Amino acid sequence: MAEYKGILVCGELADGKLASITTELLGCGRKLADSLQESLSCLLTSDAIGEASKEAIAFGADKVYTVEHPALKEYQADFHIQAVEKLVKDISPRIILMGQTFMGRDLAPRLAFRLDTSLATDCLDLSIDPETKLLIQTRPAYGGNARAVFTSELMPQMATVRSKAMSPLDRDNSRKGEVIPFKIDIDTSKVRAKIIETVKEEAVGVKLEDASVIVSGGRGLGGPEPFQTTLKELADLLHGAVGASRPPADNGWVPAALHIGLTGKIVAPDIYIAIAISGSSQHIAGCSGSKHIIAINKDPEANIFREAEFGVVGKYEEVVPAFTNKLRELLAG
Amino acid sequence: MPVNMIVCCKQVPDPEAPPTVFRVTNNKMTVPPDIKPVIGQYEEFALEAALKIKDTVGGKITVLSLGNNFVRDVIKKTLAVGSDELILLEDEAFEDGDSWSTANALAMAIKKIGEYDIIFCGRQSSDWDAGQVGLGIAEILGIPAVTLARKVEITNGKAKVEQVIPDGYRSVEVTLPALITVTSELGALRYATLKGIMAAGKKQPVVWKPADIGLEPSQVGAAGRHSKLDKLFQPVKEAKCEIISGETPAEAGANLAVRLKEAKLL
Repeated sequence: MAEYKGILVCGELADGKLASITTELLGCGRKLADSLQESLSCLLTSDAIGEASKEAIAFGADKVYTVEHPALKEYQADFHIQAVEKLVKDISPRIILMGQTFMGRDLAPRLAFRLDTSLATDCLDLSIDPETKLLIQTRPAYGGNARAVFTSELMPQMATVRSKAMSPLDRDNSRKGEVIPFKIDIDTSKVRAKIIETVKEEAVGVKLEDASVIVSGGRGLGGPEPFQTTLKELADLLHGAVGASRPPADNGWVPAALHIGLTGKIVAPDIYIAIAISGSSQHIAGCSGSKHIIAINKDPEANIFREAEFGVVGKYEEVVPAFTNKLRELLAG
Repeated sequence: MPVNMIVCCKQVPDPEAPPTVFRVTNNKMTVPPDIKPVIGQYEEFALEAALKIKDTVGGKITVLSLGNNFVRDVIKKTLAVGSDELILLEDEAFEDGDSWSTANALAMAIKKIGEYDIIFCGRQSSDWDAGQVGLGIAEILGIPAVTLARKVEITNGKAKVEQVIPDGYRSVEVTLPALITVTSELGALRYATLKGIMAAGKKQPVVWKPADIGLEPSQVGAAGRHSKLDKLFQPVKEAKCEIISGETPAEAGANLAVRLKEAKLL
């Protein structure tokens, strides 16, 4: 049996740079590697990797494996899995970490089943059991109403990690590491699911992931109009972005890209203003990392008040315009 | 071309039930008996995807579910909305499985069913949210899989899938047979018609035990897990929301602005 050693982070690039989830995975992976006294590797797959491999070292990696191939420009399961599977078989990592992202959600289960091992998805916490050296994986279950702790003796141990659940290390450009170009022939004839076209539906204005203030609306708004008026006015005043819970996205009141929740975007702004959002567990999963949650809802029993720091009970039509006007006055003064 | 479809559905505790009813005892989640189980929300979207295909090109829909103690009128809803057949992998031995043992048993059952063009699954279950079983079935059967479908059409013997990506969607063409997981953007499951409900009432689900799909009880459910559940617990939450009031809702709104300024949040 092969000896399984070290930790492998399957990294991602965003706009040619190391994605923030990857810096978070490296931060978490570094701690795990140190407690095992083993090394931390990072795999980067793309058509052009550039400076991202140096960034991965600055954020904690000891080794960076790079696979550059035109077929890897956009995530495509049939191609990416070839690169990851080959590397994993070559280096036999003890632990494989991926982000709970579009790629990680799609790739990690395929790889886990292919390797006949186990996987815990959407982990919020990872640590090493000092006695067994096994990876202790903590993840939410039952819509956030419970937490589950898993271990597995099968190797490699695999986990995907929720974005913003882990902290990156401070960038240290003096850190030393090795960049290893990893040669693999990607068999492009193996494609069974072929991408015909990719359509971006990006909302204009401040991106949700980058916003320090998010004004978010729910089912209680009743239609698309308040998102474009009442909520937008408040968001503009605070230089923030407008978001939504799942029902407005499913009903087409807002673009799907504005959906915040377990199956939408995970955000962690300084201030999250939830308007007419009941606060289902599935929504809370997307915003619970916010520093301050403020809730406006007409139902005093709404679950959102269990999550919020400040709240107003009342109809949004009456509360929000008065709130916005007073804020404008205070900010001007 | 008529399409042979299998839709995997799961019976789960109602995820919309108030959080206070969920109680963990002996590492297991329990809900009071008056909270009726439901079909997982993402499996409902998956079933709707199959029904849309049946509407347009025709075909057969077999619903496959794994568990124990199925509530018949809950799971028979799948027949009432227009599925043709319902197969239940129902046995005590199937309880408390993980993604691995569940996907494995479903894949064995699908092999027994034999003929299929598309297997539909929800993107993730509505209780554990792991999102692994669909992709696991595809790996075990050695067929391609496309995740997060918001639209599925059949053209020239292939499936054309609109797959939701973080900032839009992409159009993916996949050879059949294939497995497709469905996301909420596809749209809600249609209502059952009275005729459908009457017809479903007369149909009986087919029940398979582990032996019927060629597995020992030791290979399924809790005994067949790859991962060990060490602990299930409920995080303690201290609700500390400061409710800002006023003579009118508008005044409360203005007071909130003042309070946030005081708290130096703005």
